[in-house]
Amino acid sequence: MPTVSMTVNGKSVSGEVEGRTLLVQFLRDHLSLTGTHVGCDTGQCGACVVNVNGDSMKSCNMLAASADGAEVKTIEGMANDDGSLGVIQQAFQDNHGLQCGFCTPGMVMTADDLLARNPNPSEVEIREYLEGNLCRCTGYHNIVKSIQAASAAMTAGE
Amino acid sequence: MYNFDYVKASSVADATAALGGDAQAISGGQTLIPTLKARLGQPSSLVDLSGVAEMSGITAGDGSVTIGGAVTHHAVSESGDVPASVAALAAGIGDPAVRHRGTIGGSVANNDPSACYPSACLGLGATIHTSGGDVAADDYFQGMFDTALGEGQIVTGVTFPTPAKANYQKFVQPASRFALVGVFVSQMADGYVRVAVTGASESGVFRWSDAETALAGNFSADVVPAAPSADGMIADLHGSAAYRAHLISVMTKRAVAAC
Amino acid sequence: MPKDSGIGAPSKRREDVRFLTGAGNYTDDINVAGQKYVVFLRSSVAHGNLNKVDTAAAAAMPGVVHIFTGDDFAEIGGLPCGWQIHSRDGEPMAEPPHPVLARGKVRHVGDPIAAVVADSVEQARDAAEAIELDIEELPAVVDMTDAISGNAAQVHEEAPNNLCYDWGFVEENRDATMEAFEGAHHVTTLELINNRLVANPMEPRVCIGDFNAPSGESTLYTTSQNPHVIRLLMGAFVLGIPEHKLRVIAPDVGGGFGAKIYHYAEEALCTFAAKTLKMPVKWTCDRSEAFISDAQGRDHKTKIELALDADGKFLAIRTETLANMGAYLSTFAPAVPTWLHGTLMAGTYTTPLIYCNVKAVFTNTLPVDAYRGAGRPEATYQLERVIDVAAREMGIDPVEIRRRNFIPADAYPYQTPVAVAYDTGDYHGTMDKLVEVADFAGFSARREASKAKGKLRGLGICSYIEACGIAPSALVGQLGARAGLFESCTVRVNAAGGVVVMTGSHSHGQGHETTFPQVVSEMLGMPEEMIEIVHGDTGRGPMGMGTYGSRSIAVGGAAMVRATEKIIAKATRIAAHLMEASHEDVEFKDGMFSVAGTDKQVDFGSVALSAYVPHNYPLETLEPGLEETAFYDPSNFTYPAGAYACEVEVDEDTGVVEIASFAAADDFGNIINPMIVDGQVHGGIGQGIGQALLENCVYDESGQLASGSFMDYAMPRADDLPMYTVDHSSITPCTHNPLGVKGCGEAGAIGSPPAVINAVVDALQSGGHNVTHLDMPASPDRVWAAIQAAK
Repeated sequence: MPTVSMTVNGKSVSGEVEGRTLLVQFLRDHLSLTGTHVGCDTGQCGACVVNVNGDSMKSCNMLAASADGAEVKTIEGMANDDGSLGVIQQAFQDNHGLQCGFCTPGMVMTADDLLARNPNPSEVEIREYLEGNLCRCTGYHNIVKSIQAASAAMTAGE
Repeated sequence: MYNFDYVKASSVADATAALGGDAQAISGGQTLIPTLKARLGQPSSLVDLSGVAEMSGITAGDGSVTIGGAVTHHAVSESGDVPASVAALAAGIGDPAVRHRGTIGGSVANNDPSACYPSACLGLGATIHTSGGDVAADDYFQGMFDTALGEGQIVTGVTFPTPAKANYQKFVQPASRFALVGVFVSQMADGYVRVAVTGASESGVFRWSDAETALAGNFSADVVPAAPSADGMIADLHGSAAYRAHLISVMTKRAVAAC
Repeated sequence: MPKDSGIGAPSKRREDVRFLTGAGNYTDDINVAGQKYVVFLRSSVAHGNLNKVDTAAAAAMPGVVHIFTGDDFAEIGGLPCGWQIHSRDGEPMAEPPHPVLARGKVRHVGDPIAAVVADSVEQARDAAEAIELDIEELPAVVDMTDAISGNAAQVHEEAPNNLCYDWGFVEENRDATMEAFEGAHHVTTLELINNRLVANPMEPRVCIGDFNAPSGESTLYTTSQNPHVIRLLMGAFVLGIPEHKLRVIAPDVGGGFGAKIYHYAEEALCTFAAKTLKMPVKWTCDRSEAFISDAQGRDHKTKIELALDADGKFLAIRTETLANMGAYLSTFAPAVPTWLHGTLMAGTYTTPLIYCNVKAVFTNTLPVDAYRGAGRPEATYQLERVIDVAAREMGIDPVEIRRRNFIPADAYPYQTPVAVAYDTGDYHGTMDKLVEVADFAGFSARREASKAKGKLRGLGICSYIEACGIAPSALVGQLGARAGLFESCTVRVNAAGGVVVMTGSHSHGQGHETTFPQVVSEMLGMPEEMIEIVHGDTGRGPMGMGTYGSRSIAVGGAAMVRATEKIIAKATRIAAHLMEASHEDVEFKDGMFSVAGTDKQVDFGSVALSAYVPHNYPLETLEPGLEETAFYDPSNFTYPAGAYACEVEVDEDTGVVEIASFAAADDFGNIINPMIVDGQVHGGIGQGIGQALLENCVYDESGQLASGSFMDYAMPRADDLPMYTVDHSSITPCTHNPLGVKGCGEAGAIGSPPAVINAVVDALQSGGHNVTHLDMPASPDRVWAAIQAAK
């Protein structure tokens, strides 16, 4: 079996995988990083979104082997160094941007990607950027508000 | 998924050597991986094209631009070198995470009848570069999921001529967000008009010649014909054949108006 | 100024910290040492004789531990149905068996046939593919009208003509209702479909069965909304495991919306397999499998008629409904089109005569059961649609016709003609509020602005009522429920003063871990952080009934209040002892006990310590310790109500409907946490708009599921939905529970679909298209087709 090595949340990791092992399986089963979730099998729901080399990607729609050598960031890597909630995470709590929490890791990772590219997105831009992330609980209202709040907090913090 | 060997190709030669038999190429994998998860394919190995250097760039030429087969939708959407109509089309494929991973080569090789890129290729008269040689878009797309690609061949890139005017209008299927109907309209500097339609036909992407003829004389939304015949149009739970035919006309008008 | 803690405060959710850092503990995140993996082989046809299941070759494949088939369950019970309905003729409903694994016949696509246990998921999948099946395909019945036509395939021998029951309500009013139609000034008739939906919580279902051989204890980890109910149903009725040897744990659950209420075959299989094989087994459903194994929702076909007098007063309503049960009776399926539906047909109006006839029908489709709202959305949709059509036919403004018929604010308690009695409400009040927050006055200007953009703008409204906290147990027992509908709570005060609240309610997104402490904090005068909620584990709390039907705060919260009151009563006696006073003279306020008219006082913490270190304690009259349990059985439903308004823009060229705005004015009674209430309403509206515009579960004629993945089942996305205007400042507190609360979980999903469709029809009418009705979802192709048909 091939060995893959990558950096996940700043730590070097490696493991033996099958050709068919998905990145999300490597994260959840090999690394016990169970914050990344699987909500569908057709690449639609976005619960599995992680950041690979600076881009949001669906980790259930990507082979672990193809992430060999990559820098991967997951929800477990989003808190501040002291363990407190990061800006986006805090904005989600402050604005009730989650209910059951299952889609939340993907939402936060997609928001992180959006705000890195577009620090002041409009409501329409936020909604369009969430096209690949399904939430069944919130009706999206408070997710949009959370991302707006995170944007404001980041802008204010600069 | 059935298991397979994973092969990372570093060159086109490398890739084609590894292909053949039950081996299959994977580019972004955004369509292929869900298919394999459903156990609808059983390749002996997957040959990963995403690291092939010669397929990775966007090269502006004289009156054309060549996009490497492994270039992601996101990279195309951000490129200042590609026609704005193509960049906008790429920006509307899937969702951000899919665009970060999915590639033009994968889309063109797969030729999903609802994919966006085939309409741009046909609607601009692109040249499809394959490991077996260059093929004109008019000859490349041969029906649903069917192309001129031979056994073990891959799409290494696509060259788009620069149009005088072009626009793509996509009417999304509400669940998958693929094109229920997508229309790519272009006019070249010499006045030549192309109208390519994706999503609608059971035969895959096609050129709507009646609209092309009408627009060649007068490039105006007013002359776009009413709906073409619904014969041969896809009918499913998202739209009847008649509805798709109707949308072809509406989307063509909007594309012309937006040019 | 809003409070910053306790009842009414927008306290931030403490559970969010783990969900936001990837530290949630969902069932699929749990792995038991040595676990094997279960894969189900499911029917690929909708109806067939299952002549042979040959597992010999598959069982010999690498990694395979065991393969279970229907024969393994021949001597074991099938899945029970929790509610029995009687037909108009007094006969009990047809109740065919619901096997854990199919035997002899398969009845829907996805019907489980065999379960492979193997070392890995992929090995189990390989083996499942190698099982040899001989299925003789039979004609399938999918359409309900066909099913009861007398010419269709029989789904079950036990249900002649595919009829489960033929229910009439209120049967005694039938003749009078028919008579009222004879002389009516105007009758409006509408035929409509309430489309079948798939709940699709984002977390697919997962089960882990475990067995401890020395103790003989089985444990099931499962994605459930009500672990105690699963323990009771599965233990007593399926597997014969006594409750003291069966523990059911539902840890963090990623949404339910009804689909995770029911006892499923996979739970029984995993528990049974673990016990049989003496090893833990895990089943993780993927989304494609969820589409063919989760119970689905809605799916009613209704003809409704409304009789009115010349002033637009409602005289009578009669309905005929076909309700799809699917291929088997899911746990609460028979109750949804009957007691959760017929009883809501009065709505917010004074209609004196109502008669509903509901025929429940078996088809070769997935079982149908409660989905957010469950029966109440179906009732509200038909009522609010027929009223809108009647208003248009009679030339009366849609707000005005509703106002003419509202139950007046001074009429409570109000006995409806459909059994239920509303305790409180103010429907003019919520409509007034809606008119204000939705800015009805500005609509015509907005319509003009839309017109300038080439769009047709429509305004649709709805006045809904729902019944939550279904109860009391004695009544529902008479109505056919085979379960009690109380809720329980144990409040444990620890020696150092911290409090643990063990509730039978279950949180899968509702935020109980935050709201429940707000109540106890207010009552005990201690910071919310001192109070911890335990739920979702039958091993760690009293028998409870779980969370569905917007019952958690109204019933579970009431149980918690009662238990906390017992704590205060006992603590008062301890405090009286410590202060050497009579307990009648002791007051408790803000966490402090004091003796009236003196400066004697003792804090709650000291009393708690005394209870566990009873050195100075009235041991002769009072037991030590400070822990109390209460079981609360409500005396009535609660009746949240409200008024919703939707504005849409329709593109006539394409049929695309966009939600331009959505406003809700609700009366939920008292509010514990307004932030969470807002969120519940947002989510409900999102699902309601999904039903109205996007979602549709479709089977083809052969019973194949055409909308079997997110590629074809259109889930609402962020760019499909607007920001919502939500107001819940209209408050008429519930009169019969201690918190005065009514429940808010389903309102959004109940009130929004008719508002959306009323708006779409209004938009089309404004453009000169004579469209009276169109069925949900009002997808672009349907709207376009309706415009063409009206030409």
